[in-house]
Amino acid sequence: MTDVDAQSGEADTPAEIAPETLFNTLLTRSHEQLVLHPTRENYAALLATLHAAGYHSVIDLCGVDYLTNDSRELPASIEAERFEVVVNLINHRERARLRLRIQIPESDPVLASAFTLYPGTEAMERETFDMFGISFDGHPDLTRILMPEDWIGHPLRKDYDVGRIPVQFKGAPANR
Amino acid sequence: MTATHELPANVNQTSEGGQELTSADVVAAAERLRELGAVLRVSESDALVAEREQVPDDETMIINMGPQHPSTHGVLRLMLELQGETVLRCKPIIGYLHTGMERTGEELTYMQGPTNVTRMDYAAPLFTELAFSLTVEKLLDIEVPERAIWIRMLMTEMNRISSHLLFMATNGMDLGAVSMMLYGWREREEALRFLQEVTGLRMNHNYIRPGGVAADLPDGWRDGVLRLLDMLPGRLAEYDTLLNQQPIWRERLQGVGVISAEECLALGVTGPILRSTGYDWDLRRDMPYLAFDQVDFDVVVGSYGDCFDRYAIRLAEIHESMKIVRQCLEKMPKGDYRIQDKKVTPPPRARIDESMEALIHHFKIFTEGFKVPEGEAYVSIESPRGELGCYIVSDGSSKPYRMHVRAPSFVNLQSLPHLMHGSLVADAVAIISSVDPILGEVDR
Repeated sequence: MTDVDAQSGEADTPAEIAPETLFNTLLTRSHEQLVLHPTRENYAALLATLHAAGYHSVIDLCGVDYLTNDSRELPASIEAERFEVVVNLINHRERARLRLRIQIPESDPVLASAFTLYPGTEAMERETFDMFGISFDGHPDLTRILMPEDWIGHPLRKDYDVGRIPVQFKGAPANR
Repeated sequence: MTATHELPANVNQTSEGGQELTSADVVAAAERLRELGAVLRVSESDALVAEREQVPDDETMIINMGPQHPSTHGVLRLMLELQGETVLRCKPIIGYLHTGMERTGEELTYMQGPTNVTRMDYAAPLFTELAFSLTVEKLLDIEVPERAIWIRMLMTEMNRISSHLLFMATNGMDLGAVSMMLYGWREREEALRFLQEVTGLRMNHNYIRPGGVAADLPDGWRDGVLRLLDMLPGRLAEYDTLLNQQPIWRERLQGVGVISAEECLALGVTGPILRSTGYDWDLRRDMPYLAFDQVDFDVVVGSYGDCFDRYAIRLAEIHESMKIVRQCLEKMPKGDYRIQDKKVTPPPRARIDESMEALIHHFKIFTEGFKVPEGEAYVSIESPRGELGCYIVSDGSSKPYRMHVRAPSFVNLQSLPHLMHGSLVADAVAIISSVDPILGEVDR
C-alpha cells in the first residue's frame, strides 16, 4: 500500500478540481465527507459520469423526510425540498467515497432510477419507495419490499404517526 | 385508517400487489436481461440463450420456499421457477421480520440507540453498535480514548469469530453435515462466553456506545481470550480435516453459485462474497477505522467466486481475526474506556452520592440524552457480512432525525437470483447458506 492509499479515502479530493464543484456539481463537505448536490434533472447524467470515473458501486441509497427539520445547510443555489434521496457511492480504486443529496419535491416525488447503471440499487430504491413514497422512474419492479403489499401509507414519513394506526395485516379483522 | 386519508399520487401509479414472482409467459424472453418482477440479471449471452431456448410454460413450475424453512436462516421466502430440478428464476421476498427499527431509532435518544440497533444483525450485534456509535461520534466530533478503541477492536473481532463460527455451523447443517453444526455451535458458545464475561449478555450486548464502551474489561479477561485462542486452532484444524478434505463437501460446494467481481460491484455486494471472486477489498485495511491500520492481518481472497470459496474465506478469516485479537491482547493500552466528556458520558455511580452536579448530569443524560449538533454523516465498517454503514441526520436535538442502517445482508440478498440461475434446487440451499444472510438485518 502506498502512502497515498494509506490516507483515509473519504477526505481525498482529486487535486485538479476546484473545491466548490466536483464533476460539475456543487460540492460541500460534511465532517470531511464529500457531498454532491445534483439537481433532479442532472442526477442520471451525473451517475453516468461517476460510473465512468470509477465509482462502480452504489453502496447505499436511502430517503430522508425533512418535513420538521429546517436546520439543514444546503448550497445557496439549491432549493430545499421536503424529501431528499441520499446516495453513497464508492470508488474502490481511489478508495474514495461520494455522497449525493438530491432534493425531491413533495408535490412530485419522482426520481430517475439508477437501476440500469447500478442494478444493486434495485432493493434500495424499492425500500425508499416503500418507506417514503418516492417513485423511481425506470425501476423494473417498484413494489413494496418490507411492508405488506396492501399497506397504506409510507411509514418513515414524518407525518405518518407512530403507534396511532391499528396494526394492519392481511386477513386481520382490523378496520382499514 | 381515517376516512380523510388521501393516497399519495404515486401510490396509484405503481403496482403494490406484485411482490411475488410472475409466471414465465408474462415475461418475454427479450426482457430476461431486465426481468420484470424477478430482478434476475443475467449476462447478455445468457439472455440470448434464454431467448433461443425458451422453455414452454407447461414445463416449468413456480414453487414457494420458505418463509418457514429451516434452511432459509429465518424468514427468507424465495419464489423459484423450476424446470425439473433446475432453477430458472428466483425472487427473494423479504419483510417478514420488519419491525420498523429505523423509525424506532428516531424515537430513541442517542444514548438508547445502541439498544435498538444491536438487534438488527443478531449474529454480530457489536458491529451495528459500532457503526452507530462511530457515526454519532463523527457528528459530535469527539475522539474516544485509545483504550476504548482497542476494546472495540478486540470485541468486534471476537464477535466476528463467533459470527463466522455460526456460519460454519449453519453451512454444515444446510448441507447435511450435521456433526459440523454441533461443532460450530460448541465453539461459538465459547466465544459467546467471553462476550458474556465482558458485556453481561450473550447477544444484543448494548456494549459499544457513543463515547466509548459501557464497561471496562473485567479482571481476568486475558485468560478468557487466551483460553479461546488456545482452543480454536486445534478445533479449526478439525474442521479442516472434517470438511475441506472431504470429497462430498467439495462436490457440494465447488463450482456452485458462481459470481464474478464485476457482478458483485454492480450489485453492491460486499464482504466475503466479493472477496470470493478474487477482489481484494476489506474496509479494515482499505479504509481503516478504529486502529486497524496498526495491526497486522491478511485479507483473504478466493479465486472462483463459488460457494466453496465463500466457505473457505470465512474459515480463514477466523484465523485472521485471531491474529488481530492476539495483537489487541499485546497492545491493549491503559486508560479510560469511555470519553471523559460530561455531556456525553454519565458520571461514575460513586460520584452521584457526593456531587449534586453529577446527579444532575446523570439524570439529564438518562432522561433527555445529550444533544448532537446539526449535520449528517455516513460511517461504514466491515462486518462479517460486508460493508455495514450507518447514516444519521441530526437536527440538533437528542434524538436522531433520521437513522438509516446500510445492512450488508439486505444488499447481498440481491445476488441470490444471479447465484441460483441454472443451479439445482439442492444447490439453492447451499447458495442461501453461503450468502449467510441475517434476516433481522435484512428486514430491520
